[in-house]
Amino acid sequence: MRTYLERVFESQVWRSMFRHGLPESNRTRAETVFYNFFLHVHPTKVRRRSVKFTYTWGLGGLSVGLFIVLTVTGALLMLYYRPSIPQAYSDMKDLQFVVSSGQFLRNMHRWAAHAMVAVVFLHMLRVFYTGSYRPPKEFNWVIGVILLVVTILLSYTGYLLPWDQLSFWGISVGTNMVRAMPFGLGDQISFLLLGGNIVGEYALVRFYVLHCFIIPVVAMILMGIHFWRVRKDGGV
Amino acid sequence: MEKDFKVEESTDVKKTPKRIAFIKGRTAARVKQEDEEMVMTVPHLVVREIIAFEVMVIVLAIISLLFDAPLEWIANPDHTPNPAKAPWYFLGLQELLHYFPPVVGGVLLPALAVVALIVIPYFRINVKGIGLWKGNRKRTFVTLIVSVGIVSIVLLMFEVFAMLIPTLIITAFMVVPYFFTKKNRFVEWLGNLPLSWWVMTWFVVIVVVLTAIGTLFRGPGWSWTWPWEGIY
Ligand code: HEM
Repeated sequence: MRTYLERVFESQVWRSMFRHGLPESNRTRAETVFYNFFLHVHPTKVRRRSVKFTYTWGLGGLSVGLFIVLTVTGALLMLYYRPSIPQAYSDMKDLQFVVSSGQFLRNMHRWAAHAMVAVVFLHMLRVFYTGSYRPPKEFNWVIGVILLVVTILLSYTGYLLPWDQLSFWGISVGTNMVRAMPFGLGDQISFLLLGGNIVGEYALVRFYVLHCFIIPVVAMILMGIHFWRVRKDGGV
Repeated sequence: MEKDFKVEESTDVKKTPKRIAFIKGRTAARVKQEDEEMVMTVPHLVVREIIAFEVMVIVLAIISLLFDAPLEWIANPDHTPNPAKAPWYFLGLQELLHYFPPVVGGVLLPALAVVALIVIPYFRINVKGIGLWKGNRKRTFVTLIVSVGIVSIVLLMFEVFAMLIPTLIITAFMVVPYFFTKKNRFVEWLGNLPLSWWVMTWFVVIVVVLTAIGTLFRGPGWSWTWPWEGIY
């Protein structure tokens, strides 16, 4: 068995995908990180202190993890969801009672979304209390604050999509806050967001596009910059 | 003048050739710590990441099996629930709107909070991490009391006890090292905390208190209700 596997690992096909041997020596371990697209956000060596769980509490990493879970469950939910009235609501009912594991899928997406808001906030606190925003990391802190706002917006735009009483009034309360902005700015922004003066069909489509495409893309770009800078600034 | 450079010492000549590092002021943690122990990313970090992710997914799955996401009746613009609540992370804001006019509670204060968060690193806040009481004690005390006094009067005018009480409690902790100079672990710890620490902690406590009140203690007409009377 072992020799068979070894033959596979040494084959040209395997080597064309993974350019290094098994991570058995420090050299191949370093190469594993170095030659792997996903792992190369990390340096090949890290400080023992920053690997300690109680330094970061893994909170930045868990934020990424939650984002991944949300992307996967969200894509699956999109298969069963139509952003129009009343289909949006009946699709929720179908997810609960017709689609296999539909309720579970919805629960995962919902709870992960709530958790992400909390975890990102806690990550911010960790960064503050360890003083990790100090130069040269000050701009990454700013990107972080924007990521926090983006995370809340992601969660909030998703809140409308089930089109039940909670969604409708939750979003109405929020857009009324936006309306309080001075110089007529509030009315304009809320009109732009809702595609009208009330939370209706057009608002649903706009929130859908924001939630499933625009904001996730913005979040991914910001996260890319965030991780890149963590690496460049000598972080984890 | 304070010495603003230091010589990095190392016993491992191959790893760290002798060099002199000029370090202006105190900056990132990476220049403070010298000759740190390093570990390989694979397996030490990557294995931990994988375990953390798996534990997270398992916990989420268990929660999702036990608790269903809420779904109420279909949206009905003619039937306003009482109270109409935003999701929990906005209930602190909604609580503010209960006290202040909409422009202040819904726009000014949240905008101020975001701007304050953004500028934190640029004010070189906490860069030196100097304790609040390390300078001129008398002047610090007077400045503190005057600023907290002004904030308290504003809060009292709008009857925002939900913010006033935490503010006063935190101020009480802040001034403990001023009055108690006896050597004591707790007092010493308090005395070494910098102003930025206090401001952030105050901010976080207010956010948590307001969010908790909005979520658990507000019922019909935004009146005060105890959690056991129902969570709205
Ligand atoms: C979607 C949201 C976010 C994600 C996915 C994320 C992810 C991460 C990750 C993976 C790290 C590496 C260290 C760690 O795990 O703690 C990190 C570090 C950092 N994060 Fe975030 N973050 C987010 C939001 C924020 C926020 C809201 C802030 C602050 C306002 C922030 C500021 C920073 C800073 C300054 C570092 C460098 C810390 C160091 O080097 O010790 N991030 N982030």
